[in-house]
Amino acid sequence: MTVQTQHALLAVRDLRTYFHTFSGTVKAVNGVSFDIGEGEIMGLVGESGGGKSVVGFSILGLIDSPGQIMGGQILLNGEDLVTAGEDRLRQIRGREISMVFQDPMTSLNPLHTVGQQMDEVLRLHSDLDAAARRKACVEMLESVGISRAADRLGAYPHQFSGGMRQRVVIAIAMLAKPRLIIADEPTTALDVTIQSQILKLMRQQIAARGASMILITHDLAVVSEMADHITVLYCGNVVERGRTRDLIETPAHPYTRGLIDSIPDPANRHPRLKQIPGTVPDIRNLPKGCNFRDRCPRAQALCAVEEPQLRPQNASQWAACHYPLQPGDLA
Amino acid sequence: MGKAGAFPDPADKKSQYSDMLGYLIKRLIQMLLVLWIVSLVVFLMMSFTGDPVFMIVPIDATDDQIQQARRILGLDQSLPVQYWIFISSLVQGDFGQSYVFRQPALALILERMPATVEMVLVAMVLAVVVAIPLGVYAGANPNGRLSRIIMAGSLLGISLPGFWVGMVLIYFFAVHLGIFPSSGRGETGEVFGVRTSLVTWNGWHHIILPAVTLSLATMAILLRMTRAGMMEVARQDYMKFARAKGATRQDVLYKHGLKNALIPVVTIFGLQLGDLIAFATITETIFSWPGMGKLLIDSIYRADRPVIVVYLMLVALIFVVINFLVDLVYTLIDPRITLK
Repeated sequence: MTVQTQHALLAVRDLRTYFHTFSGTVKAVNGVSFDIGEGEIMGLVGESGGGKSVVGFSILGLIDSPGQIMGGQILLNGEDLVTAGEDRLRQIRGREISMVFQDPMTSLNPLHTVGQQMDEVLRLHSDLDAAARRKACVEMLESVGISRAADRLGAYPHQFSGGMRQRVVIAIAMLAKPRLIIADEPTTALDVTIQSQILKLMRQQIAARGASMILITHDLAVVSEMADHITVLYCGNVVERGRTRDLIETPAHPYTRGLIDSIPDPANRHPRLKQIPGTVPDIRNLPKGCNFRDRCPRAQALCAVEEPQLRPQNASQWAACHYPLQPGDLA
Repeated sequence: MGKAGAFPDPADKKSQYSDMLGYLIKRLIQMLLVLWIVSLVVFLMMSFTGDPVFMIVPIDATDDQIQQARRILGLDQSLPVQYWIFISSLVQGDFGQSYVFRQPALALILERMPATVEMVLVAMVLAVVVAIPLGVYAGANPNGRLSRIIMAGSLLGISLPGFWVGMVLIYFFAVHLGIFPSSGRGETGEVFGVRTSLVTWNGWHHIILPAVTLSLATMAILLRMTRAGMMEVARQDYMKFARAKGATRQDVLYKHGLKNALIPVVTIFGLQLGDLIAFATITETIFSWPGMGKLLIDSIYRADRPVIVVYLMLVALIFVVINFLVDLVYTLIDPRITLK
């Protein structure tokens, strides 16, 4: 049931991450599978609360109590990270897989200089001496477009603007030359004018190093420009995935269609922006059958009874829907 | 100092120094103002609390003798004149004579100060060394069994009165086990002209029990502040980002977490330090520790007004200085805080 890539760098299989709270078990990620090949960019898309970030943190083994990975596999070059010990995970974090957070205002430690925070990565993951580490930090800062890099190693995060801070965060994420970057809404907290700069920078950095990336976002417009593949999450499940172009042009799942329709289109000025009716159901108490059926214009009796499984729609596209859209359908 | 949001520019150096100087002058003026107000309050308070003459003259003194004593002490003058004499000699470095000892009041206090300060220092170091690691642990594992035990213990530390703890310690360690002396200060040695018991084995032997007694409440407060700070900091993104870099849990807690949780802890540390130096009276009384707190109590009993006044002025000075140092420490911890 998976899109098999020849050499999957990361293969996630039936990942289930639950949060045990007082008011019930939240199945934030409930059976998610996908593959990322070397040098690929995968977009992980969905509404807030869809479990996107939890997937990212699960991969790094950074799920804190009351959360817990209940099952599945996360295979990095065939090595299962779910069963790996904390010591092994620490070697992987920052070195093999690194992460860029949403808000650059809060992801840097306000009391440490930029240099200290960069140096920490190299001290953890390299044998370089102090001078070589410093040189590497300066080069990395320059490559993310920060001028007078050597001077700025001694500066504190509050002396940088939001966009500059995100550049620093990206520099930190890239320092140990990881093979996979997980970027969790990397531009959501930034000015619109800065957003495209940062996205361009990230794409450059990834391409220059042959690294792969998981781009977590709610913004289909961003992901359609960046990603090779897209995986759409809804209520902790994959509802559709496929090559970016196919998925954007001929979405098979009504939810994907809804997301695409709610992108503002400057060329075609609708009097009102289309939106998906209703809200995400209470994830602690999901309805039987399809999770999307209450908001779905195509829902029929079967949708209330049976949960749809992910099925191939064409050569590159999979969707979990009993009544998928066909190319040419106007939902 | 420098403008926030700007990078340090060499050309700014000069203005930085003049900013700094201006700040220090401003702080000094503030300090003097505080001390002056304290002198006024203390002086007035003392004047309303009875006539010290009767505590000094013999019970069978004649009216003439009482009047004479009053003249000698300067108590026959009006209140403003008395204050003027007091404050003007204070400015000239004359802090008055003890009615009882017939010695300069300040010298009397300073003579006993090392005993108090050394005990307080040992108590504060003990409090920090115990409170910080336990507080970090309890903050990082708020639901753990050990954390619950630590928190219950800290509640005891806050609520048990010092005099009771002191007596229990004396009973158990001095009377029952006999491993520590029950009272008094040990042998002293001289370091930089100060006589301290911290340089002799016997001195340490004597200081342990009173210092432990003195430290418990502070230890408990610092522990709870550290825990609260760590719990707050644990939610911050930079903690998770540090872990995503591959840092060890220990490094994340101590290098990234603790420093961010430290500001309120330092504040309380400063207040407690001043408080203990000024008012270690009860512990000193229980352990017959010859410190300045005991002098204060004795002076109050004897209505030795000059000693009390100088003592309280000195306490105010200590607090003002500690406060200033705490502000300096803030700037060392947090680069966003500048002296202005």
